[in-house]
Amino acid sequence: MSNSLLTRRGLLKTSAVAGAGLALPTIFTSGAAAFTNEPMGGTVTLGFNVPQSGAYADEGADELRAYELAVEHLNGEGDGGMLNTFSSKVLEGNGILGKKVQYVTGDTQTKSDAARASAKSMIEKDGAVMITGGSSSGVAIAVQGLCQEAGVIFMAGLTHSNDTTGKDKKANGFRHFFNAYMSAAALAPVLKNLYGTDRTAYHLTADYSWGWTQEESIAAATEAMGWKTAEKVRTPLGAGDFSSYIAPVLNSGADVLVLNHYGGDMVNSLTNAVQFGLRDKQVNGKNFEIVVPLYSRLMARGAGKNVAGIHGSTNWHWSLQDDASKAFVKSFGTKYGFPPSQAAHTVYCQTLLYADAVARGGSFNPCAVAEALEGFEFDGLGNGKTLYRAEDHQCFKDVLVVRGKENPESEFDLLEVVEVTPAAQVTYDADHPMFAGGALGDCNPGA
Amino acid sequence: MLGLNKKDATFLLIVVLLTLFTPIIMQPFAANSGLDQFNGGYPDLMQKVAIFGIFAVGFNILFGLTGYLSFGHAAFLGVGSYAAVWMFKLLTMNVIPAILLAMVVSGLLAVVIGFISLRRSGIYFSILTLAFAQMCYKLAYSVLTPITNGETGLQLALSDPRILDGTNESASLPVTNIFGLAMNSSYKVEALNRVFTFNVGFYFCGIVAILAFYIAIRLFRSPFGMMLRAVKTNQQRMNYMGLNTRPYTLAAFVISGMYAGLAGGLLAAMDPLAGADRMLWTASGEVVIMTILGGAGTLMGPVLGAGVIKYLENIFSKINESVLHSWFHWLPDGLEHAVVWVFARFTGEGWHLTLGLTFMLVVTFLPGGLVEGTRRIKSLMARLRRPKAGRTEPKADDQPSPFKKPL
Repeated sequence: MSNSLLTRRGLLKTSAVAGAGLALPTIFTSGAAAFTNEPMGGTVTLGFNVPQSGAYADEGADELRAYELAVEHLNGEGDGGMLNTFSSKVLEGNGILGKKVQYVTGDTQTKSDAARASAKSMIEKDGAVMITGGSSSGVAIAVQGLCQEAGVIFMAGLTHSNDTTGKDKKANGFRHFFNAYMSAAALAPVLKNLYGTDRTAYHLTADYSWGWTQEESIAAATEAMGWKTAEKVRTPLGAGDFSSYIAPVLNSGADVLVLNHYGGDMVNSLTNAVQFGLRDKQVNGKNFEIVVPLYSRLMARGAGKNVAGIHGSTNWHWSLQDDASKAFVKSFGTKYGFPPSQAAHTVYCQTLLYADAVARGGSFNPCAVAEALEGFEFDGLGNGKTLYRAEDHQCFKDVLVVRGKENPESEFDLLEVVEVTPAAQVTYDADHPMFAGGALGDCNPGA
Repeated sequence: MLGLNKKDATFLLIVVLLTLFTPIIMQPFAANSGLDQFNGGYPDLMQKVAIFGIFAVGFNILFGLTGYLSFGHAAFLGVGSYAAVWMFKLLTMNVIPAILLAMVVSGLLAVVIGFISLRRSGIYFSILTLAFAQMCYKLAYSVLTPITNGETGLQLALSDPRILDGTNESASLPVTNIFGLAMNSSYKVEALNRVFTFNVGFYFCGIVAILAFYIAIRLFRSPFGMMLRAVKTNQQRMNYMGLNTRPYTLAAFVISGMYAGLAGGLLAAMDPLAGADRMLWTASGEVVIMTILGGAGTLMGPVLGAGVIKYLENIFSKINESVLHSWFHWLPDGLEHAVVWVFARFTGEGWHLTLGLTFMLVVTFLPGGLVEGTRRIKSLMARLRRPKAGRTEPKADDQPSPFKKPL
């Protein structure tokens, strides 16, 4: 080792060999791929990245059920579900573009880091051409960024933050679920009718992207109708016990508690609030009220009797009586024995919408898919007429305002729909200040 | 060579070769062979193995040599990541300044934490470091949100200044690179029905890991390393001899903190995102498990342990029930469901159970870790070879004789 002589000729020789060695692999590379993970054989792989542990594990489990159902329906098994009611008819039940749909799953653990690692391995190892899922906006934004870099499509699952299609929007990312602004726009008139215009609200907020934007949206909408905001308190995600946050509410002079929590957190904070007897209190001569802006049946079940009479908004509910919702509830119920949650509904729709966009665009290329989805108007997926807006890749559709039932008939019949807010009322400009500060950028096909 | 004795030089050479050929070694199963589920040769996993290898080697400098068990090393990892991402946001997407700053910042933090924590030893030291790490974690979530972006995690944005890179004309985020060579670019070679991915990011991590490993070998063999070992053996005796051990332990603590910062910086260089979860106590526990699983106090052990844990985490967690069903579809229906149910507890989200069992078995039967396992296999092989030679030329001394016992 110590006596190796470096001559000019020797150096030239070695560099020539090294150069050839470096150039060699390019000869063998599968350079034919026009975009990341172009499906070559008779199958196409989708990546379902959902929380299987952590605060949103219930939602994740339900999402996974819906994904499996969607894959069945795309491959022509089962009863076809919402494929039969979907306004676009290009999907024939023979997979996507004739390729059988396969899937891989991963656990996001409701942590950005873990979610990105899991999505990365789906893209790099399993060759997933589309990633979907996420039950937390923090995770959805992180994974959406990754998909943009890697050049695959991201179909967001349960993410309600304004930022997902606002300041953190990406050209490769699409969201079917509604957002915090829409919740606020739908809830505010209902709250005004119920509780009047002279109220003081106290916010308890999950301390991350979703909580921040929901708090901002609700506060703005309620203040616009005359309410005051007493205090905005941030709580860590997955805090478990919220007693210490509930106690100060009573002395704050507020008469409405807004819980910007979701999943297990909402179950715990609402239970704590009810146990503290907040709902039996009289403040400023008015009944103390609790509002949960983002509601889901899974949470209602967790919180049990405590949800009775509490208002909130939701993307979809299984008791809707349109054909599409009935078809979906029927095929989900047949397979699993209970009705689907809104999380299950949105991810089922996203899978179908992706498959449909591929079929209409005639390619799995993310840019072709994005083009097919942008400005796409559809119906028959349970939310009425819906538009995938091109400017920010957000779906615009009706929003449901719901209330916890006083006398539920079964463990699933916990919410009743109070009002269906039409899409026009929750639509905002693409450059609305709450959504400003980001740019879609260009679609990235990778490779 | 390079100031190493012959044995260490060969050892280092083996490590270099292993690193060079990792993309091939970790891709042992052909596509469609049914076992390709177990292939680990994709960039993300290979990078993680190299990076956590560095983390564990650094941890081992403190724990393996001085015996000080730090339960807060994830704090340095997290701080390193944040520092690196800030460098990407403000200065340049080149990874070199990011990694340097990551090491500097984590080193400074290590001086502060080490200066206070090293006043105590044993369990008190562990608790102090744990407390500091949890404080860092909580701070990242609350007070420091403007710097850390809280739960959402620190990410790049199009509007970041990046003063050295010039203006970004394209509408997509720039990628991390080393003097223009993008970290996420890779050569794919198809051969033998396998796809081998040679990734720039992995080789960068690999080279840094080899450097880190080399420095660790030199440390282990140096008088300084000897001093650290003496601290582990009997610190009191050293103090009675009038020797102040504090500077030595603090130096070891800072070096190992900088290793962790380096690992954190590399994590951010491979994927420019930093979240507070990296500082959680479970992350600190993970590196302890890596080191003990591989073999604390040995050179190769921590790297082995890091490899095994990252492999389990990434491969076993991907085996979901539908994969299991496809493996056992040949069994009769009822039996298939039973077998799948049992296996599903240990794979998918249950991979922690597999890790726990492995850890228990190793700690119970191989207290020296996986390295002791290989050593035992070696000596077993040697013993199996020896009797053969013995049969041709038996020695009287080999005969067990009760009379030879000392009376």
